[in-house]
Amino acid sequence: MLDASARAIRDEIAAGRTSAVDVCRTFLGRIEAVNPLLNAFNLVDRDRALARAADIDRRRAAGGPLGPLAGVPVAVKDNLCVRGMRTTASSRILERFVPPYDATAVERLEAAGAVIVGKTNCDEFAMGSSNENSAFGPVRNPWATDRTPGGSSGGSAAAVAARCVPLALGSDTGGSIRQPAAFCGVVGLKPTYGRVSRYGLLAFASSLDQIGPIARTAADAALALAVLAGADPADATSSQEPVPHLTAALTGDVTGLRIGVPRGFVTEGVDEAVRRAFETALDTLRRAGAALVDVALPHAKYAIPVYYLIATAEASSNLARYDGVRYGYRARGETERGVREMYSRTRDQGFGAEVKRRIVLGTYVLSAGYYDAYYLKAQQVRTLLRSDYQQAFEQVDVLAMPTSPIPPFRLGEKTADPLQMYLADVFTVSANLAGLPAISVPCGFVERPASALRSESPSAKLRRGLAEAPRAEGSASEGGPDRLPVGLQLTGRVFDESTLLRVADAYERLTDWHTQVPLL
Amino acid sequence: MASSLTVADVERIAALAHLELTAEEKALFTRQLADILAYAEQVQAVDTSGVPATAHVHAERSEREDEPRPSLPREEALANAPDPAPDAGLFRVPRVIT
Repeated sequence: MLDASARAIRDEIAAGRTSAVDVCRTFLGRIEAVNPLLNAFNLVDRDRALARAADIDRRRAAGGPLGPLAGVPVAVKDNLCVRGMRTTASSRILERFVPPYDATAVERLEAAGAVIVGKTNCDEFAMGSSNENSAFGPVRNPWATDRTPGGSSGGSAAAVAARCVPLALGSDTGGSIRQPAAFCGVVGLKPTYGRVSRYGLLAFASSLDQIGPIARTAADAALALAVLAGADPADATSSQEPVPHLTAALTGDVTGLRIGVPRGFVTEGVDEAVRRAFETALDTLRRAGAALVDVALPHAKYAIPVYYLIATAEASSNLARYDGVRYGYRARGETERGVREMYSRTRDQGFGAEVKRRIVLGTYVLSAGYYDAYYLKAQQVRTLLRSDYQQAFEQVDVLAMPTSPIPPFRLGEKTADPLQMYLADVFTVSANLAGLPAISVPCGFVERPASALRSESPSAKLRRGLAEAPRAEGSASEGGPDRLPVGLQLTGRVFDESTLLRVADAYERLTDWHTQVPLL
Repeated sequence: MASSLTVADVERIAALAHLELTAEEKALFTRQLADILAYAEQVQAVDTSGVPATAHVHAERSEREDEPRPSLPREEALANAPDPAPDAGLFRVPRVIT
C-alpha cells in the first residue's frame, strides 16, 4: 500500500476494498518508523488524522459522496495554516502559534476528503535551498541521509519519497517545490502565479509565492492541482482563469510538441552527470515525437541577482509583522525598557540567521539611496526576463532545463557561504519571476562517493547521534557510492499546467525513474 | 557601492528593520552582504532605459464591494498573543513613550 498512488488509494477506499482508517494507520506507522531518521515532520497529529479517516469511512458506509482525495493521507508544509494545528514555518518566532483558520489550499484538500497527517519541516519561512535553515534541525535526504533533501519544502519532498505520504503540499518562491522534488526523486509542481490561493500561506515574497503539490507521479500532481486550483475571494491575486480538466489532459502523447532548450543558459556550472541525465531525457522525449528547438533567454543569467533583490525586499516587508505583539514569541524581561527594545530583542531571538540576513538585505535594497539602483533596477530586469519567456513561447510549447545544476549536496557543505547556496537556484527562480508554471520530474540518478561514516559499525553510528549525520542502515548505497536523483524541469505558458503535466506523464510512461524507491 | 558596505551601514539597516544584532552577526552580515551585493552589481550592466518595472505579474482586476462579513472572534484573535488582555479585548505591549 505504501507504494500506491493517491488515485489508487482513493479508488480502493471508494470501492470498499480497504478503509481510510487502515490506510491512515499504515502511513502513520511508516512515519513513526522513518521520521526519527529523516526529521521530515515538525508535527504528526495521529488522533486528528485517524478521526478524519473514520469520518471518511462513515461517509462511505452511509453511501455519501466521496471527494477526489477521499482517505488519501497528505502532509502539509509547516508554513500553511491548519486550524488548531501548530504552524511554525520552522521558526522559533512561531514555535507556539496555533492558527485560528485554515489556508484555502488546506480547506480544499480536506473538502476533497484528504486526511492531513501532519506538518512538514522546511527552511525557516521557506528561506533556503537545503532545509538547513529550520529551527528544528535539517531534514535528511532519504537517498543518502547525510545529504540535503533540498529546500525549502524539504520535509514534504522527503516524506513523499520515503513513502510517509503519497502526496504533500509545498510552497515555491524561487524553486522550493521543484528543487527538493528533484533532490528526492519525486514530482513537484509550481503552478502559475495566481492559480492557487495563497490565503493562509505565511508570506515570504508575495509576488513570487505559490502553493503546489509534491507527489510521486504527474497524474497525482494533476489530481491534487485540480483540487487546489481556482479563484478565492480571500486572495485578491488568485485568478479567475477557468481550471481545465487536468487529469483528462494526460494523453501520453507528445507527438509534435515543441520543447525549447535554452542551451546558451544551461552552460557552465552544470554538473557533468546532471547534464548527461538531462540530455538523455531530452532524447527520450525527442524519440517519442517531440521536437527540440534551441531558444534564447538572454536575461536569464540575471535571474539570481534579480530574484534575491526582489524576494528579500518583499520578505523584509512581510516579516515586519512578527513583532511579539499579536502572536508568536516575545522576548521576556524587556517590559520596563519600552516597546521598541521589545520588538528588536524579540526579532533577534526569534529569527534564525538566514531570515535576519534576508531582512537586512531587503531593507537595504529598499532604503533611501539604494532603491533605484537595486530594487527598481531588478524590477525592470524582471520585465525583460518575462519578455524573454514570452518570445520563447512563440516558438515552443514548453521549455526544458535541469531543475538543479548540481545533485543533492552534503549537509553543511554550503551553509558558510550564502551566495554559493543562492547560486544553486539558477534554473528555478526565473519561473517565479515570470509567474509561469513549472514542474520537476525524476530523470535519472548520478553517483557520488559515499561518506566515510558508512564504514563505521552501526553502534558507533548510533552513538554519534542524529546530529552527526548517520546513514540509514541498508540504505540504497550501502556498500557502494551514493545514488542521487536528478530532476528534469519543464516550464510552461501562463496557466498551461495541462501541457506540463501531459509531458511529465508521457515521460513517466517511457521511463521508470519515478518508480524507484530509496531503501530506508 | 556594495564594496563600501560597513558595519555601521548594517547597524543602521538593522535598526530600521527592528533587529538587534550581536557584534558577531554584524561582522558576519557585513561581509556576506557585501559579497551578495557585489554579485548583484551585474544587473547594473543591463540597459533598462524605458523599460517599465514589474512589481507583480498579476494582471487581473479583483475588486469587490466592501461589505461587512463575519471575522475572527475577539477571543480567537487574542489566543496566540504573548500578553493578551482578554477582558479588555486588547493586546498588551510594553511602554511606548519612553
